[in-house]
Amino acid sequence: MVHRRTTLAALAAVAVGVGSLTACSSGSGTEPEGSGEQEQTAAGGPVDLRMLVWTADESQLALFDEIGDAYVEANPDTVGNVTFEVVPFADYTTNLTTQLAGGDTPDLAWIFESSAPEFVQSGALLDISGTLAETEGYEYDDLLDSALSLWRDGEKLYAYPFSNSPFAMFVNTDRIAEAGQPNPADLVASDEWTFDAAREISAATAEQLGGAGLVVRDFDYQIWENLATVWGGWEAMPWSDDGQTCTFTAPEMVEAMTWIHGAIFEDGAIPGPGTSADFFAGDVTMTITQISRASAIDDSFGWDLVPLPAGPAGRQNVIGQAGIGVFKNGQNPEVAADFLAFFTNPENAEKLAAYFPPPRESLLTAEVLSQANPLLSEEQLQSVVVDGITGAVTKPAHRNFAQIRSAVRAELDAMWQEGADIESTLADVCSAIEPLLQG
Amino acid sequence: MALATLTAGRRARRPAWRRRDAQIGYLFVAPQVLGVLALVVVPLATVVWYSLHDWNVLTSTFIFDGAANYQRMLTDGGLHGSLAASGWFSLGLVTLNISLAMVLALLLNQRLRGTTAFRVMFFSPVVVSLVAWTIVWGFLLQADGGINGFLALLGIEGPNWLRNGATAMISVIIVQLFKNVGLNMILFLAALQAVPVQIQEAARLDGANAWRRFWSIVVPLISPTILLVSIITVVGSLEVFAQIDVLTQGGPGHSTTVLVYYLYQQAFQFNEFGYASAVSVLLFVIVLVLTLIQWQTRKRWVFHES
Repeated sequence: MVHRRTTLAALAAVAVGVGSLTACSSGSGTEPEGSGEQEQTAAGGPVDLRMLVWTADESQLALFDEIGDAYVEANPDTVGNVTFEVVPFADYTTNLTTQLAGGDTPDLAWIFESSAPEFVQSGALLDISGTLAETEGYEYDDLLDSALSLWRDGEKLYAYPFSNSPFAMFVNTDRIAEAGQPNPADLVASDEWTFDAAREISAATAEQLGGAGLVVRDFDYQIWENLATVWGGWEAMPWSDDGQTCTFTAPEMVEAMTWIHGAIFEDGAIPGPGTSADFFAGDVTMTITQISRASAIDDSFGWDLVPLPAGPAGRQNVIGQAGIGVFKNGQNPEVAADFLAFFTNPENAEKLAAYFPPPRESLLTAEVLSQANPLLSEEQLQSVVVDGITGAVTKPAHRNFAQIRSAVRAELDAMWQEGADIESTLADVCSAIEPLLQG
Repeated sequence: MALATLTAGRRARRPAWRRRDAQIGYLFVAPQVLGVLALVVVPLATVVWYSLHDWNVLTSTFIFDGAANYQRMLTDGGLHGSLAASGWFSLGLVTLNISLAMVLALLLNQRLRGTTAFRVMFFSPVVVSLVAWTIVWGFLLQADGGINGFLALLGIEGPNWLRNGATAMISVIIVQLFKNVGLNMILFLAALQAVPVQIQEAARLDGANAWRRFWSIVVPLISPTILLVSIITVVGSLEVFAQIDVLTQGGPGHSTTVLVYYLYQQAFQFNEFGYASAVSVLLFVIVLVLTLIQWQTRKRWVFHES
């Protein structure tokens, strides 16, 4: 009896093992050849469109629904419904590729800038330049060339960069005043707003008041590409413009990383790894993030928004982009492209500007943006958003970015401790990613 | 008599599956068999098929590649590192889990006041959501988290548990240990309570001390449960994923990138579904071999099996 019970139990255990293995692999889903086959709608009746998004903001989703409903109303014969499917930010790209693997291709999807080259070169997206340019009243020439560059391959455009949100510095003026430190806005006016000044203020406030000084939001010692908002001040770059050569070992990058390391482990200006600090909770002096985060601020403390500080090489504006692409293998790519043209036409782009600075020259004025951003003054919008987009660079992107991100993250871990050998760590980073850059 | 022999002969010649009782039996097991076929055998065969292909969902490539993915495994340093990480994790977890579960079960098998409360305390993590449990531990293990706060009260400066190469793996093992030790404890406890008191009493009368009684009477009698627990724990330890994803994302460096996390990265972060399928086949083979070894060696040490 004991024997039989044990046999059954052991077999059950093996079955559990096998089951979870296959479950783990079942992301592979349906047979790939069958995935994404275009289905023509029966008798040309109205189709349903689905767009994957990562925002869960109710007011943003309400605006999308409003635009979607207006499109359905204007095109009742071709479109029956437009849905916006929310996928959490953290798992977004994983979820999107799993849907693609499972043959459940969405019609449209938001795409991170870091994944842009990979998606653009994959052939998965539809060229939308023709549809946008030919749509009446679209004003295709109004789109900024610099904003489109990441999403282009020659003359072909594979996604529309609906959000061009500059990185800026939010400061907690209450903490700064309490610690008797200089006000960053005054330093901006006197042209003394530098990373060194920000570091001194941050270290002093953290020491006197507790909490944290300067937080590069969403970096958290994992998402290292957000450090581009700091090392830009040194004109440092992770790899060459053609994406072929690692430049983590270049003198500018070594200097910038040494500065960051010192701010963490010498001054305590930047909180160390494994500590939690949230500017919007009120116990952080300043944070580098995108202006779209302004909506998370309440009136519990005094705050200001100033441009990114200048480094030894001057100020480098950085923007975070997000694009909307149409999948070739979706069920209705042409209809989806037409909807995208409607979703981003001048009138709707102005509505979307409430949350996402558009890539349209005519809309990038402090006046237009201030109507949509009541929390920010026209001066703040002019200095941070309008001026911030001019000459801005995007965060690092590469067609092999997922693997590069993982490799760099793993190698940089050696740097996030006291007494780390920065130059040798950066050399290790280059050794790890050189084959990936060229691969 | 002759008629009876003839009937018996006919019955013997009849195929087993045509017998009425056999057919009813097949009907009873059919749902389970169909379920296993649809949810285990077919997906497993499909994964093996995928593992023979270069499959990238973004570029829509699905090209037969023969054994290329398996050849790649031989030179993939990342895979070898993840095999080592999985080995350390399993070794640490299985050793600690079975030892602690046994000790707890022995303690709770005493007729003492308060044992029910302790049973509930150790078993309750088993029914808690794995991710919620891990997130709470993530807060506790932060540099400025609860554990270091407690150590600071004692004048000890705790390490940065999850960011330090020397402590990250043991931290993840401990989180998993306390999550599931209660289940093994209950299994051991049930087995201990089934050990006949008379045999222990007889051994005591023969002069055997507690240690001798434990090794010579208790362990052999509960050895079937030890086998079951060790198989379940080894299989579970090789499939750890959520804890790694929530606590360390495989870091610092690659120190906690266990095999399943590596597989996940290949498939869902790097879009290498073909290679990830090959890695999952490797994981299946490892689990199967380890289970078969445990199964085959049972005759040497499991009571009633020799």
